[in-house]
Amino acid sequence: MMGLARGLGALLALTLPFWLADPYFLHVVIMAGIFGVLALSLNLLLGYTGQLSLGHAAFFGIGAYTSALLTLRLDWSVWPALACAVAFTALTGWLIGRLALKLRGAYFVLVTISFAGVISLVSVNWMELTNGPLGLPGVPAPELGPWSLRAKSAYYYLVLAGVTLSYLVCARLVGSRIGRAFLALRENEPLAESVGVDVTHYLVLAAVVSAGMAGLAGSLYAHYTRFVSPEVFLFTYTVTMVVMVVAGGKGTLAGPLVGALLFTALPEALRLATSWQWQMLAYGVLLVLLVFFLPRGIVPALAAWRERRAP
Amino acid sequence: MEQLLQHLLNGLVLGGTYALLGIGLTLIFGLMNLVNFAHGEFYTLGAYAAFAALALAGVNFFVAVLAAIAAGAALGALCERVLLRPLRAESIDTTMLVMIGVWIAMQNGELLVWGGVAKSIPHPFPTAPLVLGPVSIAPLRVFVFVLAAGLIAASYLLIHRTKLGRAMRATFQDRDTAALMGVRIGRIHTATFAFGSGLAAAAGALLGPVFLAYPSMGDLAALKAFCVVILGGLGNLPGATLGGLLLGVAEELGAGYVSSGYRDAVGFVIIILVLLLRPSGLFARQERIG
Repeated sequence: MMGLARGLGALLALTLPFWLADPYFLHVVIMAGIFGVLALSLNLLLGYTGQLSLGHAAFFGIGAYTSALLTLRLDWSVWPALACAVAFTALTGWLIGRLALKLRGAYFVLVTISFAGVISLVSVNWMELTNGPLGLPGVPAPELGPWSLRAKSAYYYLVLAGVTLSYLVCARLVGSRIGRAFLALRENEPLAESVGVDVTHYLVLAAVVSAGMAGLAGSLYAHYTRFVSPEVFLFTYTVTMVVMVVAGGKGTLAGPLVGALLFTALPEALRLATSWQWQMLAYGVLLVLLVFFLPRGIVPALAAWRERRAP
Repeated sequence: MEQLLQHLLNGLVLGGTYALLGIGLTLIFGLMNLVNFAHGEFYTLGAYAAFAALALAGVNFFVAVLAAIAAGAALGALCERVLLRPLRAESIDTTMLVMIGVWIAMQNGELLVWGGVAKSIPHPFPTAPLVLGPVSIAPLRVFVFVLAAGLIAASYLLIHRTKLGRAMRATFQDRDTAALMGVRIGRIHTATFAFGSGLAAAAGALLGPVFLAYPSMGDLAALKAFCVVILGGLGNLPGATLGGLLLGVAEELGAGYVSSGYRDAVGFVIIILVLLLRPSGLFARQERIG
């Protein structure tokens, strides 16, 4: 039963551009995929180690800017730029993680916000490098041999590959010894430490992998929209990621992806129904209601419901 | 030298309102253990309430500030009663997410009501600056500083001289013991949130006429409030007051001598440095109210 559902899901995902050719819907799906990578990335920290980073947009933005700058200023081709964006973002993740992970709880949250704030202000003010608020237009689309991946239907497969890769990395990590160390740290840090889990080592590792994945999402975003501006650092992106992870179910592998699909599609559906301001207002109200009634998220709630139904 | 004096003066005026924001947040954060991301929205609310009172109802400035405080406190009480009280047993992450939701909803509600165009709030003070030797200052700013100082003094009196204040201090030190001594914790929480939100609204009403009122003005205000709380230490009233003044001066100096584009970075950098080097705040011997 589960296997059938999974196979069907994979088939649908692989053939999607053939039966959903409308560019608008394809765009929504591609954005959902990019946010899916971001949500998976945040979930690794928030869901598995229990540390809430509210500076995740910084890693997304750094990935986007690295990729855009390498291709525009140094004429690199897209693939090495993408790899470099992931590596560089992971490095900043290591640096910020080393500093910020000394703190816990609300203080960790505030330090991550502050790091993101500083980086965002740098992107606005360092005109020579980033072109300031005007942004960087003309970021090239990737090419695969003779084919350009500029068309949405082609780019979809690249994003799908990114999502799959991120999912596999998460699944592999979580299922391993390292994942068990993460969970031990989340549940009881002093106890985990007392049985020999190296706290800083594992938390920084989670931060590095998480940042690298957010950098991948940023790079995918830059080469998709082909324009990068300081808006990629907007706090709204971070909030969206948190909403996706919490709504989908933090600490589950499928949760962030479910959340990403739902919360990319939902504003679009609201947009069809109402004006822009009402849309964001409804978004805030929905977030409050969701935390109120499903504090553990959709996927865990569904799992509990299935267990109750079939004992 | 004259330039330095002018920066210091501007910084102190700005810092007075930061202190108001910080005192409100430090009480909420310290007493309720709530990371209140909606704090800046009460600041915005105060600015728009003052705009409504001054520009639409045509009352005088004092009444407008009082109306803003009343509006902030009333909405704060409602918010605590409806959203936060049922979640008191939940983790700090859960309540923080709820407050993020409140923040988004309030900000877009304001956008819906008032539109996205920045509103200039009229005020009755002459625009010609007062010249005091080497420095000059707008009369409005003098008024803002005096009123902010008055409200800070009132907060001290409330915390240290009233029964409510004593109950708040007791709750902060040990909630369970306070409850055993007959303090009604639920009411203290409502009162704290209403009081803190009222102070934020007051800061908005005071700074609104100095700058402009626009829906997203609360984002940076909330951040600055957090910065003040961290500088001063959690639940530390004198710390928040000094922290507010210090942040105001640091921002003015940063904008004046480094680059005005990085003015808002000062707050972030202070948060990072203080938390990494001295997490209990600059002025804290220990974490307590008062």
